Parts: sequence; structure tokens; C-alpha cells
Amino acid sequence: MSTTSGLVGRIADADLTYVLAMLAGVYALYLAAGLALGFDARGLLNSVAVVTFYVAVFAMLALALNLHWGYTGLFNIGVVGFMAVGIYTMALVSKPVLGSGGSAAQVGGLGLPIWVGMIAGMAAAALLGLVVALPALRLRADYLAIVTIAMSEIVRFTLLSRTFQSFGLFGRTVGLGGGSGLILDFQSPLAALVGTLGLEGAYAGLVGLVGTVVAQNPRAVVDQFVYGLLLLVFVAGFYWLLKRAGESPFGRVLKAIREDEQVAGALGKDTDRFKIKSFMLGCALMGLVGVLWFMPQGAITPNTYRPRLTFFVWIALIIGGAGSNTGSVLGGGVFAALLFQGPLYFKNLVDRAVDISNAPGSFGPAVAPLLGAGDPVPFLLYTVDSVRQLQLVLMGVVLIVLMHRRPEGLLGHREETAATVPLTRRVAGEDDEPESQATAADGGQR
Amino acid sequence: MGIAETYSRGRRLATQNPVGVVVAATAVVLTLDLLGALATGGVAVSRVGRLVWDGLMRGLVIGLAGIGLSMTYSILGFANFAHGDYTTSGAFAGWAATYLLAGLGRADVGSLLLVGAGGSVFGAQLGIGVVATPLAVLAGLLTAGAAAVVLALAVDRVVFRPLRGESGIALLITSIGVAFALRNLLQFVFGPARRGTTDAGAVPDVEIPLADGAVTVGAHDITLLVVASGLMLGVHALLQRTKLGKAMRAMSDNRDLARVTGIPTERVVTATWVIGAALTGAAGYVLVLWKGTMTFNDGWLLLLLIFAAVILGGIGSIYGAIVGGLVIGLTASLAAVWIPASFARAAAFVVMIVVLLVRPTGIFGGRSTA
Repeated sequence: MSTTSGLVGRIADADLTYVLAMLAGVYALYLAAGLALGFDARGLLNSVAVVTFYVAVFAMLALALNLHWGYTGLFNIGVVGFMAVGIYTMALVSKPVLGSGGSAAQVGGLGLPIWVGMIAGMAAAALLGLVVALPALRLRADYLAIVTIAMSEIVRFTLLSRTFQSFGLFGRTVGLGGGSGLILDFQSPLAALVGTLGLEGAYAGLVGLVGTVVAQNPRAVVDQFVYGLLLLVFVAGFYWLLKRAGESPFGRVLKAIREDEQVAGALGKDTDRFKIKSFMLGCALMGLVGVLWFMPQGAITPNTYRPRLTFFVWIALIIGGAGSNTGSVLGGGVFAALLFQGPLYFKNLVDRAVDISNAPGSFGPAVAPLLGAGDPVPFLLYTVDSVRQLQLVLMGVVLIVLMHRRPEGLLGHREETAATVPLTRRVAGEDDEPESQATAADGGQR
Repeated sequence: MGIAETYSRGRRLATQNPVGVVVAATAVVLTLDLLGALATGGVAVSRVGRLVWDGLMRGLVIGLAGIGLSMTYSILGFANFAHGDYTTSGAFAGWAATYLLAGLGRADVGSLLLVGAGGSVFGAQLGIGVVATPLAVLAGLLTAGAAAVVLALAVDRVVFRPLRGESGIALLITSIGVAFALRNLLQFVFGPARRGTTDAGAVPDVEIPLADGAVTVGAHDITLLVVASGLMLGVHALLQRTKLGKAMRAMSDNRDLARVTGIPTERVVTATWVIGAALTGAAGYVLVLWKGTMTFNDGWLLLLLIFAAVILGGIGSIYGAIVGGLVIGLTASLAAVWIPASFARAAAFVVMIVVLLVRPTGIFGGRSTA
């Protein structure tokens, strides 16, 4: 037994090492970039906090998607729809009642505590998952893909429409705000958490401590930093939950469905039920990430939730490798740090070295000097200035190259031992010993 | 006896296919509702006429672009998410040609080739229209088709051919990468702004009187109608008269068997890309001509509707794609009679989802490629 736990411990340690190494690499890169940009302490702290935030949200999204695609084989390209439902429901429940306080918001909410809103957001996302899953799970993977992306667009159209801009619910005037979006005028979630835990004093102390290095408004920096760290705790929670779920009998059935649904069905498993449960759990987690990501933003607008966000998560998952939780975290981190935030930092770096404020406004003036006088400078300036578009081109190219060269990603589809006994170092004499051992070894994954 | 039989048959139908019955009932109720509203004057006849005409135009574009998607879907076995961006790429290439021919000497060549990126030159200023500058429009249409073909073949050579034989999902994910790269490259080169491409005020039109109003039919509507139906008939003839259609059917059924019987599979794949891309590029061009504006994500926004049409008609069937396109176009347009216009596209998606549930093989399912 001790060897088993030793083995498990070793694997977990290796995985933890990967994740920590990734985080350390990302921080080193960003600190180096920050120093090169000549940031002060505030700027350095800020850039680390921001990258932590994005690493955490993409890691969580990739983990949730991994449950769908990596474990169950459900091709969901409607991720952003579930996120939008999560945050909008949360806003609906937790925004203060219309007219209370001096808020400029056009519509109110139900005025319930933030944690109630978070749970409601997860429940709503899971419910939408059920509505999508009930009919669609019997379809082929590519049909499910089209249904889910159509669903996420229907969600966006609903949020955009004037019909649901404002309506009555339980005697309160609430609404989705239409095209202009919603102002999230509830209490800062971090302040609420700190208050609930009774840590105001300690937090004020921390702000004061940071205030010795950061002169102006240290509170904003600390808030951002602490929120990022909090999200990393959520990542750990997601990881633990999905690892437990994946190693449980439930998770073994999911993997069986992924490999061959008919076999799983022939073994007496009600595969539809398992698929629906897995889909709903993943959707609830996506809804939670939607809440965690957009809750501190102050305002939300429907057009944030375009399908491109879904594809970001897919790129993260494919970088990390579908089927591996650790891979999902790594993929989320690498995607967020290098592809999502990296190009913007690169632009800032260049901007620091050469002034790009006089970059040409469009392609024509950028390329004319290159063709005419062989002067590449305007074109290069335009290229750096258009980094937001080129970053998406880069993502597309990365996706293509990954599918060509390494479709399994960094850590995809590792053999995950489902047996309760070590399967390595089987001595020949031991082979015919206990029958039960062999059964246990086969009963799991395959 | 007769009544009892009919009743029992109806009952059997209802228990075997409850969703189908609900769908049929909904369709009947909606039709009766529309007829009632028309009779009582709740909805103006001319408004419905205008919506039908608008839906027909959209439907033709969706159907035309859908033929290519449907063909590659059935023969290569994957949903090509880059198809919408082939449409946009073709449209930009075609409009560059039109601008160049219509505006040569009146603006500098660079601005014309970039379709007036950055507001350097406008379509209205060049007086572009099918009546005013017919040659420029024709040249643009041909260029659009040709450019989309070149692009599709190049992408296939570099990206999709090495993955031939991989699962449809791997190819689908790859095509998402292609779509991302293409769309944003277009934005990089042609800029993000939506631009007017035609001299919309100078396009002649006729008012066709209809009961309580009129339906306006412009020269660009007619152009779209002629180009789309002409190309559709052309493809029909091509696939009926040549062995290509048969080879395509054979390939979509079983690739290995097709190869064993001596069908040059790679040549068929190339032909598929050529036909599909030419049609989708032309569709993108006439869409822009008809709308009078264009931007870099036109095709991407159209893509889901094209998918809806293709699934509705049944993957692999070109007639299915055409009929599906018309149904989707009319749905998206006519939905505005019952629900707020902001849900029009949502209604089209709902129709697609319902068809997937009731009849996953599509209306023309089982009969693939011509």
C-alpha cells in the first residue's frame, strides 16, 4: 500500500513541478519584460497580478473544457455562452435593487449577497447545459459543435436584444441591459470576502505595507494581486475536483465513453446520463469562471461574449493537451502568458524603444514606402501597431501547427492508471498469483 | 372504418415521432396566424412581400456559399469553419478588381487595390453599380471566384492535405485556426472599418405594387438572382453531365473503395475545392454588391447561417444546400413578423437545431452530391 501512495505521490509531485515551473517561467518573463520597460514597483506588481489573473482564468476554462472534450469526448464550442449566462445571472441576482444607493445603473437586480449570485450563475449555466445536452448529446460530435456555437450566439443575441433590456421579476425591475450592457454596481467581491472573513484589519495592514513601496493608491495594486492569488486557489479547487471526478468510477465511465461509447453502453452504463452529468458539471464550472472573470470588471457588455473567446479556450486546451488536467493548467498558463498577453507586452517593449505613435493608420501608407523607396520602417511600425489583429493571426497559426506537429499537446492523453495496485515491475513469478489483482487492473481504464 | 384507420395511423405517428408532430403543429399555427393577421390587416401584405424578397436574396447567397461547404463536408468529412472567410477573401479580391477598373485614373492604384482602406476612396465616389460600371462588376465577380479558388487550393495544399485521413474533428479544429488567421490578416490588410462599396443612390429600381404597398426590386437584386441561379444551374449541369458528380458520390460514401475502383481521389478533392471555392467567392461578391457595404467579418457572420442551411438540406447534397439556404434566409427574414428583429438570426439557428433533432440527415438526406 505504501508503494501505491508513493507512486501516486511521485506523479502528483511531477505534475505540481510542471505547474510551478510554468508559473515561475511566466513570472520571470514578465518581471524581465517589466524591468526592460523600466516599470517601477507598482508597474511590476501590476503586470504580475494581471498575468496571474489571466493564467488562472484560462487554466480554469481549459480544465472545465477538458472535462467535456478530454474526458467525455463532447465537442463543446459554446464555452462563452455558458460564461455569459453565469455572469449575467450573477449580476441579475446580486445587483442592488433599482433606486437604492446612488448608482447610475439603468436596471437593478434582486439585491442578494454575492455568493448567492455566484451559485445562481453556476446553476443557470448548468441548466442551460442541460437544455442543450438533452437533445444534442445523441448527435455526432461535429453536429454538437454547431449546436453549441449556435446556442452561444443565441445567448448573445438575447443579451443584445431590447426585449429583455428591463423586465419585472419578484416585484423588482431587473434586466439584461441590452446592447449597452450592465453596470456591476454591487460591492467589490474582494472587499465582501475580506469583510466576511473579518480580515479588514489584516488587509489594511497589507495595504499599508505595500504602501511603503508603492506611493500612490496601493490599495488598487493589492486588490488586483490578491484577487489573482485567490483565482489561483480556485484553479487548485477546480483541479482537485476534476482529478477526483476523473479518478472516480464516474470518471472511468466518462473515459470509456470517450474511447468507445458503444462499448460503455454494452457494459450496461447509461451513457446518456453520464454525458449529461459531465456536460452540466463542466457548464457550471464555465459559468463560475464567467463570474470570476467579469465580476470585478465594473461593467459587462454582450459583445464581449463572441465565439472568439471560446476558441481561445480551445487553443489553451490543445496547447496543454486534451485529456490531462495538468496539461490543461499548463496550456491555460502558456496561452494566457504568451499568446493572450505577450503580444501586448511586446508592443509596449517596442513602443519604449522606438516611438510608434506616428505609425501609419492603414495598410496603404504603411506598405507604399516599402514598395517605392524600399523603406521598411512604416510597415514595421504598422505591424507592431496592429498587434491586436496579428496576435489572432498568430493564434490561428499556432493552432494549425499544433494540429500538424503535436495534436496531443504538451501532456495530452497520458495513460492514467486506474488500478489500485502498481502495474509496473511485474516479476514473472508473480504473474499467476492473485487473480483479483489482474481484474482490478483491467476493470479501470479499458 | 376509414376514420378509425386514419385515427390509428395518426396516433402511431404521434407516438413514434412526437417532436415531428410538435414541429408540424407549430408550423401550422404560425401559418394560420400569419394568414389571419394578413386578412385582418394586422400585418401589411406589402411588408410580408418585402420580407420574402429580402429573405430570398439572403437565401440565394447562403445557398450559393453553402454548396461548397456541403461538398467539402461530405467528401473530406469535416466541417470547414474557414469557409466563411473564403467568402470574405473572395469578396475583397473581387472588389479590389472592381475598384481598380472603375476608378483607374481617378484615384491612386494602392487605395483602389485596398478597396479604399482607411477611407482613402469610396465606392459611391467611383459610381460603382451594375448598370453604371457593368464591366468592372463582371470582372470583379470573376476575380472573386478565381481568388477564392487560389486561396482554397493553397490552404488545402499547406494545411489540410497533410492531415488527410485524420479525424473530422482534428480537421475541424485546424480549420478554426485557418479562419482565425485569414480573418485577421484581412483586417490587417484592409482595415477594420465597414465601407460603402456601391453608389447605392444611383442604382435603378422598380416598385412592384402589391395590395397595400409596394416591393422595391433593384438592379442589384436582379443581378444577385441571375448570378446565383445561373451558377446553381451550372453546377447542376456539371455534376449531372460529367463523371465528376459520380466520382464525388463514390468518394463521400467510401474513400478507400473509390480509390480501389480507380477514381483519382486527390483530383476529385481538387475539383471539389475549385467548384466550392469559386461559388463561395462569387457569393461573397454578390452579397457585397447587393448590400452595398463590406467588412472583414461578413463571411464569418454568415458562416453559421451557411452551416444551418447545409445541415438543413442534408450534408453532401447541393440541392439540399440551395433549398436549405432559401429556408434559412426566409426564416431569418420572415421571423421579424412574429418576434423582435434582433432574434431573426436566432430563429434561423433554432430551425437548424430542430431539424437536427427531428431529421439529423436533413431534408435531402441520403442523396449526396447532385
